[in-house]
Amino acid sequence: MLPDDFLTYLTIGLTHYLVVGAVLFVTGLFTMMTKRNAIGILIGVELVLNSAGVNLVAFDRYMAPGRVDGQIMTLFVIVIAAAEAAIAVGICINLYKNLATVDVDSARKLQG
Amino acid sequence: MKSAGLTKRVALAAVVLIAWGLLVPPALGSGDSATAETIKTQAPGSPIEAVLFYGIAAGTIVCALGVCISTNIVRMAVWLFGALACVAVLYFSLAATFIAAIQLIVYVGGTLILLVFGVMLTSKSASVRFSTARWELIGAGAVCVALLACLAAVFIGAGWTTIEGTGSGVAVADIGRTMITKYVVPFEVAGVLLMIVMVGAAHLARQEKK
Repeated sequence: MLPDDFLTYLTIGLTHYLVVGAVLFVTGLFTMMTKRNAIGILIGVELVLNSAGVNLVAFDRYMAPGRVDGQIMTLFVIVIAAAEAAIAVGICINLYKNLATVDVDSARKLQG
Repeated sequence: MKSAGLTKRVALAAVVLIAWGLLVPPALGSGDSATAETIKTQAPGSPIEAVLFYGIAAGTIVCALGVCISTNIVRMAVWLFGALACVAVLYFSLAATFIAAIQLIVYVGGTLILLVFGVMLTSKSASVRFSTARWELIGAGAVCVALLACLAAVFIGAGWTTIEGTGSGVAVADIGRTMITKYVVPFEVAGVLLMIVMVGAAHLARQEKK
């Protein structure tokens, strides 16, 4: 027999999405902390931005259904992520041209 | 041999991404309204929603863990592709169909391709690996697990007062109207930001004339 509160697990609420967002945030943070490759750090940043997007859409859905403010904020997050990725890839290519590596620890000099 | 393997993998990833980009936009036209309809007709707490959510959440978490565990940068990019696609499906299940479409088109189709290009332009061979010290891995892991435990405890114990409603009544027209009335200043600032980024990225990555 199923336990009585089994059905409550089937009701997906705000908390479920927030926990998924928290997992995305933490994995992105771990990626940023442990990777030496500049592009790897960028991938971690993308995960963190996605966790922010999940949280915004979840709050929009469960705290203000029918309104679009949270979704518009998510759109701005996506725009900023695209801009950040473009600039960061440009910086990585420049780093590679100057130092022949994208190891962030080897970029120690200013005006390299 | 190793560089041939990398080329093959990058080519495979590029083919998958391009196929995804070609297949998804036509599917969205029919999928959009269908998803909204199913969400509208389902009672809250239906088993279908729960099964969908737990499946997609598990996929998201597995892909995110794959990103942090793998050391090969190309594998990281492929895992990130999975994570972004799963987040898009999460948006669909939250009845935010327009955001899900934008996530697939801009994020998966644009930003991820940019990252793959970055990988291709900044690595000569697949054997380039940057080692991380063991104490760094342990320290970062401990910090992250502690942070995740704190966040999960706060979220579960918060007792959110949610408002009933499916949220599926939101049309794309509402988003557009709100964006050019209430959020017109951030909208314009985002446009200026994108233009500055375009010029700046071209300037950063330009070929120096000797």
